[in-house]
Amino acid sequence: MDFSDTPAEAEFRTRAQQFLDAHRDDLPSLAGSEEERLERQRKWQAIKAEHGFACITWDREWGGAGGTAMEAVIFREEEARRGVPDAFFGIGLGLCIPTIIRYASEDQKQQLVAPAVRGEQIWCQLFSEPAAGSDLAGVRAKAVREGDEWVLNGQKVWTSGAHYSDFGLFIARSDPDQPRHKGLTTFFVKMDAPGIEVRPIHQMSGGVEFNEVFFNDVRVPDDQRLGAAGEGWKVAIYALMNERVQGGKQRGISAAETIALARRTPAGDATLADDGAFRGAFADWYIRTRGVQLTRYRTLTAMSRGQTPGPEASIGKLVTAFELQEMSRLLVEAQGLYGLVDDSELSMLRAEVHHDLLHAPGIRIAGGTDEILRNIIAERVLGLPKGPQPEKGKPFTLTK
Amino acid sequence: MNFDFSEDQETLRGEARRFLEARCPSTLVRGVLEDDERSHDATLWQDLVDQGWTALTLPEEHGGLGMSRTDLCVLAEELGRVLAPVPYASTIYFLAEAIMLAGSATQREKLPAIASGECIGCLAIDEGAGEPSRKKVEARVQNGLLSGIKQPVIDGLCATDALVWARDESETPRLFLASLVHEGVRRVAIDSLDPSRGIARLEFSGVPVQPIGGPELLDRLLDGAAVLLAFEQIGGADRALEQAVAFAKERSAFGREIGSYQAIKHKLADAYVHNQIARSNAYYGIWALDADSDELPHAAAAARVSACQAMWYAARESIQTHGGIGFTWEADQHLFYRRALHLNMAIGSPRMWRDRLFAALEMHDGDSN
Repeated sequence: MDFSDTPAEAEFRTRAQQFLDAHRDDLPSLAGSEEERLERQRKWQAIKAEHGFACITWDREWGGAGGTAMEAVIFREEEARRGVPDAFFGIGLGLCIPTIIRYASEDQKQQLVAPAVRGEQIWCQLFSEPAAGSDLAGVRAKAVREGDEWVLNGQKVWTSGAHYSDFGLFIARSDPDQPRHKGLTTFFVKMDAPGIEVRPIHQMSGGVEFNEVFFNDVRVPDDQRLGAAGEGWKVAIYALMNERVQGGKQRGISAAETIALARRTPAGDATLADDGAFRGAFADWYIRTRGVQLTRYRTLTAMSRGQTPGPEASIGKLVTAFELQEMSRLLVEAQGLYGLVDDSELSMLRAEVHHDLLHAPGIRIAGGTDEILRNIIAERVLGLPKGPQPEKGKPFTLTK
Repeated sequence: MNFDFSEDQETLRGEARRFLEARCPSTLVRGVLEDDERSHDATLWQDLVDQGWTALTLPEEHGGLGMSRTDLCVLAEELGRVLAPVPYASTIYFLAEAIMLAGSATQREKLPAIASGECIGCLAIDEGAGEPSRKKVEARVQNGLLSGIKQPVIDGLCATDALVWARDESETPRLFLASLVHEGVRRVAIDSLDPSRGIARLEFSGVPVQPIGGPELLDRLLDGAAVLLAFEQIGGADRALEQAVAFAKERSAFGREIGSYQAIKHKLADAYVHNQIARSNAYYGIWALDADSDELPHAAAAARVSACQAMWYAARESIQTHGGIGFTWEADQHLFYRRALHLNMAIGSPRMWRDRLFAALEMHDGDSN
């Protein structure tokens, strides 16, 4: 049990720090419009790619640095410490491009991987539909083969970043006479292909991060199919497995900031930091968010020993999303009526806590709802039996 | 960074688990629970001594094996899994640790007797209801002689030596080392919620004692014990969950296994999350303890708060999952429920440790983030 950097890790951290300090003026921040932020993040991504810090764990062949998972974490820690947001490229580099590397042809990989690593091309994931969210195997979008092409029709929804993406990973039903999990096929599509229409969705938080995406007779060549026809479920699961490894990152304001804020917040004749109820609630929040962070270190240790990460890796988002919601509520409520003030000039909470409070419900749903994550833990980790599956084995056309 | 046990430690765990499964079945725990005359199991205690477990962390020059506290927490977790009814924490986490950290040359001569199992320790801080207070102490030492009443004291019935919190001649509360083998010591058994770990009232009248340390030592001992007890709690929590899962796979209602209902699934998934959170915080705690880090106060408090939650939740919901059978005396579920309560109160309540966690982070100014 050794929590300090190993000599190799310390050396890498120094190298990362030197690189980040040398590029101090290029570091992106959260300020500005989406367009401005995207522009700065793209430039920063290109600089990182040039210096081998873009996809640290990937093979050099794909623009990576052949580094360890621990190095990737150290780099991200150092970036975060300097206020660099983790934005825009997560879905592409975390989920789509690994799937491309696994399933696309050599030529396609040569064309697609490098521009994504450099931030020139952005990817989105077109899986969810109005009738297929938690139950992804219910997708209804259609893929019909016509000669060397496929014709795609249907509606996708909750597609983060579709409005600025160049490519998307798309799953559709190619054989409705097969049972639900069979008869699906996965493709990659160009988002500017004729017949694709992206409509932004306004979130309850006021933001516009995701979209509805309509496919009207979109034609894609057969070589954009990933995996065999009818094997799309496997491909989608491969992509989503990569998403799970990503989950559970630190969200919201830090423990130190929370304590500092509590000290400045009046409560009774003293401050919030003197209030027993608050101290207790803080402690419960702390052990859970800190516990998730520390659990990631256990996962990384397993990876750096060449072992498969244990099932504990699955608890991250389930814990952090809920804790973010409740700590944000607590901090806002503790301000009394002033907690309603959602103005970064006037509010002592900065706009961030209000943003977190309105954003947290979405995090509890996106990428696996709390309920689905509990089912996954219960069934895959604890080995509890599945509930009734009335649609199992039935052709999709005969299901509800 | 290497945030897990080593291969050697996993080997130690495997041996400990096999040994305890053979020597400490739940019937043995129940034996102590149901017997008013016994506050621990002397045969199991001797078994642990024979395995060298009382010598594990003691220095080699005093008859010990010189192993680390991380090795110790492997044993703590295994002892926790089987709810071992032995004075291990009192003797090793408190008495031995106190002497190793602050003992004089003479006091250190006690260490071989700890290693050989002759010496059993206890920590006597409390004097009544409420959380242990540094200031409200009536017991006092004059001319090297201790008088006063300490209660409740875990393992007070079987201990040979006590660490006692009492006022010195200048009225300052301090920790003293007292031999309980003395005519001025009267021990009275007190009924406990968890009779498998006995408690007692200790009445001292003119018992010779030696000072061993001040509030810093007490804090350090509590922090260390918080981490080690967290491993006992995690062991108990994991096993309580395993039993609930096994029952939920086997028991049917309304035509299917109860474990296939989401109400049960989600409850047990939550228990799993609590246990993993507790384990990760405890790993950080044991790192801070072994590395003698200045992060120990908040690392230890985080380990304790999360382990208290984990074992309580698992023990409580294991009974619920078992339904009526889980509420019977014959079922083992109440052994976990009782032990969870014992451990939650053993070194100050979860409430007190939540407060300590906040205070420790305030002191440390949140550098860990």
